[in-house]
Amino acid sequence: MEQDNPVKKVNIICAKGAVEDVYATLVMGNGAVMEGITTNLFFTFFGLDAIVKSRMDKLHTAVVGNPALRLPGGMRMPTLLGIIPGMEAFTSRMMKGEMEKLDIPPVSEFLDLITAGGGKIYACKLAMDMFKFKKEDLSEHVSGILTVGEFYEHAGGVGSHIIFT
Amino acid sequence: MAQKTYAGITVDVNEEGYFTTPSQWTREIAIEIAKEEGISLTDQHFDVIEFLRNRHNNGDALSIRSINHSGIIDVKTFYQLFPGAPLKKATKIAGIPKPASCV
Repeated sequence: MEQDNPVKKVNIICAKGAVEDVYATLVMGNGAVMEGITTNLFFTFFGLDAIVKSRMDKLHTAVVGNPALRLPGGMRMPTLLGIIPGMEAFTSRMMKGEMEKLDIPPVSEFLDLITAGGGKIYACKLAMDMFKFKKEDLSEHVSGILTVGEFYEHAGGVGSHIIFT
Repeated sequence: MAQKTYAGITVDVNEEGYFTTPSQWTREIAIEIAKEEGISLTDQHFDVIEFLRNRHNNGDALSIRSINHSGIIDVKTFYQLFPGAPLKKATKIAGIPKPASCV
């Protein structure tokens, strides 16, 4: 059954800009490229931060309102600790350090790898207008700025799947 | 365990065709496996294969990023040399286990 209907194309939408949201998209996208699957990544709303040059390598993870966040040793991080100035930057830096150990690259390098393998990166037109970003603000790996309609056109085909992370 | 014969030598492989005994590998065998995958091997292919085998022998994990940092080729060339699923194809031809890495 799996062999009869292989995944031939994935279209992944990333609408959030925290470390874990963006990396979910990048890891799934890069993994698809590595399998020879046609890959389109579509960044919208806060997810745009992942392809804005000045922001892409400075993503944070939420330390307030993130009940799964734990301190080293496994104790839950008390919400009150999260409001200490610098705590979010510190936690985000620690997470990136752990990812580096697993050979998970920074966002800019991940985009290099994905596009080198033929994966395509797109920005959402509506979100670009809303956040007042210009094409020059985006990474050179971005292939285009799409409307919703254009995104669906790109997503067509047998064995094509749309994933919202 | 399955066995396959390449270039007159019988080797141990798993159900997906990956070597289970990497020491049985030879360059002649690599050429035969590559043919099955539709690739005709060049010196550049062999540079990559050697890098992969060395990394495997040293117990280092394989990732697409490690190829980019190898100093041998960049990732774009890697995708061109082993089209489709490069890391899977290259490790199969190199006679080492399929990489368990997600990146």
